[in-house]
Amino acid sequence: MRTKSAAVPYVFWMAVFVVIPLVLIVVYAFTNYDGAFTLENFDNIDVFLQVFGNSVVLALIATAICLLIAYPFSYFLAQEGPVFRKVAMLLIMLPMWMNFLLRTYAWMSILENNGFLNQLLGLFGIGPVHIINTDIAVVLGMVYNFLPFMILPIFSVIDKLDHKYIEAAQDLGANKRETFRRVIFPLSLPGVLSGVTMVFIPSISTFAISKLLGGGMSFLLGDLIEMQFLGSAYNPHLGSAIALMMLVLVLVATLITNRFGGGDEGTVLM
Amino acid sequence: MMQKNNTFARIFNILVYVFLYLPIVVLIIFSFNDSKSRTVWSGFSLHWYQELLQDEEILAAFSTTITVSVIAAVVATVLGTAAAIGFHNMKRRPRNLFLTINNIPMTNADIITGVSLMLLFVAAGNILGFSLGFGTLLVAHITFNVPYVVLAVMPKLRQLNPNLGEAAMDLGATPWQAFWKVLMPELRPGILNGMLIAFTMSIDDFVISYFTAGSEVSTLAMQIYAMTRKRISPEVNALSTILFVVVLTLLVIVNVRQVRQEQLNEKRARALRKGGNG
Repeated sequence: MRTKSAAVPYVFWMAVFVVIPLVLIVVYAFTNYDGAFTLENFDNIDVFLQVFGNSVVLALIATAICLLIAYPFSYFLAQEGPVFRKVAMLLIMLPMWMNFLLRTYAWMSILENNGFLNQLLGLFGIGPVHIINTDIAVVLGMVYNFLPFMILPIFSVIDKLDHKYIEAAQDLGANKRETFRRVIFPLSLPGVLSGVTMVFIPSISTFAISKLLGGGMSFLLGDLIEMQFLGSAYNPHLGSAIALMMLVLVLVATLITNRFGGGDEGTVLM
Repeated sequence: MMQKNNTFARIFNILVYVFLYLPIVVLIIFSFNDSKSRTVWSGFSLHWYQELLQDEEILAAFSTTITVSVIAAVVATVLGTAAAIGFHNMKRRPRNLFLTINNIPMTNADIITGVSLMLLFVAAGNILGFSLGFGTLLVAHITFNVPYVVLAVMPKLRQLNPNLGEAAMDLGATPWQAFWKVLMPELRPGILNGMLIAFTMSIDDFVISYFTAGSEVSTLAMQIYAMTRKRISPEVNALSTILFVVVLTLLVIVNVRQVRQEQLNEKRARALRKGGNG
């Protein structure tokens, strides 16, 4: 059937609501209030570089922790029976049906100075430990919220691994460790990379998690942007400049993933 | 990979679930708390569930969320299915270009999608005389929903036998009949899957709504965020508990039905084979 024209409405939609808004960010970043070209939005960049660095470091730590949890989890889960695996993955997705702000808010009750964690530790005579309103709480919030995004792609790759490769490796005399290092791990790399971007990008851009669990002590790139658009420091031009920097970062992260993941592997996330 | 899991592996995986469900358990338990405290238990009560039914702000936000999610999911499904069919029939180059643009809202950070749409809506609103509200919120939701529908439908189109439509028309079907009676049934699982993902994404969204809804309308997530500034009322815990139970029930029903259906199909197939042999 010759039905190319079916795509026309959506192509038009994308042009107006995907492409033009991104062009607007670039335009706003390089203009001032009067609409004249300027670079002054990037003048104070050195002040923001600290926030930028802080955001990148926290996002990287959260991504690394997610990977360290998600990989063994997926690897172990892949060895269970089919029904078990299906139920287990449904249970990974289920929390996402409860609003993430509420779940993050619940962590406040757990981590507070007189919260459940410290009540529990108190029973053993330990503590109280101060976690809430620190970077540790923010990283925990990121790991908590985005862990499923790391588990889904890694599990789906490991789950679909062709067992013949593993049998072949064993037949050729590889022990368990070698099989993992030289066969299973390289084959699961596309899932790992896809998971890394899917955790890193929301982590680097969050503002709600840092507000709730960081309590203003942990100021991230997302907070900075939010402040320029809806907060006290209303300045969409400066906000666009910072958003543009974040966009470049997101683009670099995606390109690196595509480069090593190779072509069509983005579909792993479905 | 056919070896059995050891105790360490089992405990590790159980701990992951404990981590994921700990805050949810806290939330559900404290929706039944008698007092407003979120750390001190002072007795069982359904107080917050009764309050919830009378809280017009929360109920209005909930109904906005549902309305936006349903309309956005339906519009995105129609737009996305049509787009996927169109893309499928294009040459490689334009198809890859459009699919790359289609991927942008999915891979981009939500906050960038949110503020970029806000810039567009504010600029266009100044010229055309509208302000942020339900309309802009809906357009934003459709925009981030369509990519998921396209991505869910494309694989089904690739699996399709390209001669199917022509065969139907050779047998006397009009192009519309060929589409609705032959192609549609093949695509249906992908389309439904896409619609479900779109709906979930809409329900779950906070960041993009936050930047595109303006100050007049509010989704549930926005309402919750506004409350975190002061103190979250346990009413919201009550509402979330209800939603969680509803989703859990639906998941169980759907999956039990699926398993039953599979068992039934297997039985039938076995009976057929037997019949064929005999």
